Amino acid sequence: MSQDHSLNPETMPHDPAKATTEGKHKFFGLWFFLGGETVLFACFFGTFIALRNSTAGGPTSQELFGLELVFLMTILLLTSSLTSVYAIYHMKNNDFKKMQLWFGITALLGIGFLACELYEFAHYITEYGFTFRSSAFGSSFYTLVGFHGGHVVFGLSWLIALMVRNAKRGLNLYNAPKYNTFSLYWHFIDVVWVFIFTVVYLMGMVS
Amino acid sequence: MSIAATQNRGFGATLWDYLTTVDHKKIGNMYIAAGAFFFLIGGLEALIIRIQLIKPENDFITAGLYNEMITMHGTTMIFFAATPILIGFMNAIMPLQIGARDVAFPFLNALGFWLFLFGGILLNLSWIFGGAPDAGWTSYAPLSLQSPGHGVDFYVMGLQLSGAGTLMGGINFIVTIVTMRAPGMTYMRMPLFSWTTFVTSILILFAFPALTVGLFLLMFDRMFGSAFFDVALGGNAIIWQHLFWIFGHPEVYILILPAFGIFSEIIPAFSKKRLFGYTSMVFATFLIAFLGFMVWAHHMFTVGLGPVANAIFAVATMAIAVPTGIKIFNWLATMWGGSITINSAMLWALAFIPSFTIGGMTGVMLGAASADYQYHDTYFVVAHFHYVIVGGVVFGIFAATHYWYPKLFGRILNEGMGKLAFWLFFIGFHLTFFIQHFLGLMGMPRRYWVFLEGQGLDTGNLISTLGAFLMGLGTIVVLINVIYTAVKGEKAPADPWDARTLEWSIPSPPPEYNFKKLPLVRGLDPLWIEKTEGKGKMTAAEPAVDIHMPNGSIFPFIMTIGFFIASLGFIFQVDNHLWLLAVYFGMALALGTMLARSLKDDHGHHIHKEELEREAD
Amino acid sequence: MNNDNMNIDKINSFQKQQNKEEMKKQIITFVLMIAFTVVAFAVVASGLEAIYAVPLILILAVVQVGFQFYYFMHMKDEGHEVPSSLIFGGIWVAVLTILTMTTIIWW
Repeated sequence: MSQDHSLNPETMPHDPAKATTEGKHKFFGLWFFLGGETVLFACFFGTFIALRNSTAGGPTSQELFGLELVFLMTILLLTSSLTSVYAIYHMKNNDFKKMQLWFGITALLGIGFLACELYEFAHYITEYGFTFRSSAFGSSFYTLVGFHGGHVVFGLSWLIALMVRNAKRGLNLYNAPKYNTFSLYWHFIDVVWVFIFTVVYLMGMVS
Repeated sequence: MSIAATQNRGFGATLWDYLTTVDHKKIGNMYIAAGAFFFLIGGLEALIIRIQLIKPENDFITAGLYNEMITMHGTTMIFFAATPILIGFMNAIMPLQIGARDVAFPFLNALGFWLFLFGGILLNLSWIFGGAPDAGWTSYAPLSLQSPGHGVDFYVMGLQLSGAGTLMGGINFIVTIVTMRAPGMTYMRMPLFSWTTFVTSILILFAFPALTVGLFLLMFDRMFGSAFFDVALGGNAIIWQHLFWIFGHPEVYILILPAFGIFSEIIPAFSKKRLFGYTSMVFATFLIAFLGFMVWAHHMFTVGLGPVANAIFAVATMAIAVPTGIKIFNWLATMWGGSITINSAMLWALAFIPSFTIGGMTGVMLGAASADYQYHDTYFVVAHFHYVIVGGVVFGIFAATHYWYPKLFGRILNEGMGKLAFWLFFIGFHLTFFIQHFLGLMGMPRRYWVFLEGQGLDTGNLISTLGAFLMGLGTIVVLINVIYTAVKGEKAPADPWDARTLEWSIPSPPPEYNFKKLPLVRGLDPLWIEKTEGKGKMTAAEPAVDIHMPNGSIFPFIMTIGFFIASLGFIFQVDNHLWLLAVYFGMALALGTMLARSLKDDHGHHIHKEELEREAD
Repeated sequence: MNNDNMNIDKINSFQKQQNKEEMKKQIITFVLMIAFTVVAFAVVASGLEAIYAVPLILILAVVQVGFQFYYFMHMKDEGHEVPSSLIFGGIWVAVLTILTMTTIIWW
């Protein structure tokens, strides 16, 4: 088909992610989706802030949280944001192998983040008996941080599916927009985490 | 592939076609049909409510069933009748108005429709699975936590499914309008209905996530033992009210703005005049949307938020009357000096203006926080929101049905029956709800199962019930009209109303690719411009080209089935953990389909220009 | 298989240079973000009083997110007018929601 040919031109356009109509649609669609996600997370944040002192006699945020692990998680996720920027840089230079490599590093960092989070949750549950059902604070904490973690899981599955699917096909105008929308989504996960470590952990440690 | 081949097919092939379609017109029609079906169910529930209230201390239904009726009436009408019918019109008409061949994400469009439909089916399944939700359409915590059985669980999962579908629709429409306007169709040349679709979609994008979160919290509290609204563990029930109304108030603008758009199309078309104050109409639409996000707490004046909060929200609420007033005057000025045709569509539009204005006035009354303590939770509120939603949205839906029916189905609805239905419904509507203002002021509370004799409420309620039956009759006439038109209706030409916008420049019903050649738009009301300059049809903006079309897919349907099964699993795992298997299976099915969709290359297909030229003959 | 390496040579060298300079800015952005993070954690670890610490770390978070949006997500580039107006719309609703949940929820 003429279609397939147009997806593998001799030279890639400067910004392959937005060169096709479908690419433009995906670009706008994901941005608008993030606008909605902003409100979604704002509602979780609002609920958490309203309930963060409602510990019902259970452990408080000062007793639970430690700075070291959260700092490590923050660095992991921030770095994964940079590595995905590198990947997109190589996409614009039409260097598929390097792009896959940097996205691979992004995925590893994401997995590291998730592992820390799982360890953290397990620690709270076994050491402090602090669960989803302990108090309104517990419910809102696990819901907010858990929804963020769920976003990370979804993002990782998305990325791995993309990388496996395209490993043999190489970069073309059909899949470049998909990588690009993923990277936007991944940055947004990082944005949410910045507020989580500030509002949940750091503000939970001060007062 | 060609149109001739799609005719004369068996039932199975047609069913498969609709299950897999990604065509925005077919999806729009399915939205309208499914929404109409839920409208009938919701109407039936309304009649049962009114029969119960026909006389004092009636025992037509039990108190528990009455609670289920009011809950299901409200929920069905808002989420599964009004919203989807309007989204159906947006889907079918908006791309035609801006000169696009489809929406930006045809696959997502189909997924959104199926999610809505199965959300509605799930909600109504509650009737046979041990009782419908009975905590009111607002499902305030802690009442909704105490409600026994699975009713509220069905409410939560049903709305979650359909809400996700609506959100997808909203994003889809915004991207379509941003990227797919025809050459020359600048933003400020877009017809008002496309504008209101755009603004409504933005409202959907920002409002529905709040509902999603609220429903999640309610779901976790009811099904997984969390403590968001459980005061014993430090929870706070007011959070539900805020989340619900942060969504709920923009939702009423999600309903009314498209109706405003519909009237802004119909009134100029049948007045043979350009819409008066086009720019101010667009501006007013945005202003309503902006203010609409800052007024939600007027539903909560009596909660005890304090005088400062009440004052702020009262002022913001009354401010909305200003852009709405701009619109009312613009419609009146459009008709002034126009050459007006009065037909069924125009009758609904004419009736809308005073009816909606009454609703708007009582809205300002309710917006006065101190006075609201008197009106709150009485029939005055019931009268108010039925005046705006029936007098605004339902009138708009009926008007749009008459106006666009020829474009969607290729036949013109019968005028005689159209007018009969209008008068029955219009008189019935005012009989039902006007008297309710006074019932409310006399102190009749809403949501009560019975009222007592000798308190001056008997006659008012009797009149209200009689009015409701007239509205029911009117709706039946509309139904008969649709069936009659399908059998014997007059075939519609491309432009039966001598109208102004792009959708009337293509055949009725439009071919699957809408525009053989994309039109060149030279100003507001592009078709009218060509008519006044003597050409009468659009100039093409491109030579004949192969048209790229998306492929149909069964995946949206399968994905929805997956989520549907998972929802049932979530509801029943409270009783028996084996139901968790349904959750896992349903999620695996849905996510697996999503994966399959992304692994497959799907480039769509082309309709070749030779084929297009053959069809022209 | 795609002939990546051949294509690289064909890319306009001007474009490549531009990409490279863009990447430099991204790295500066990253360094700043890490710096903001470290400062925020240090402020809390130092035990500064809440009345100073909370506004400070909130401002740091907002600035850091600004960098993330404008540089990492390219919102500063052309063609992002509609997306950024909708993101700001979302932020507006988000601010109203959070303001509500911190003030009028009937403690």
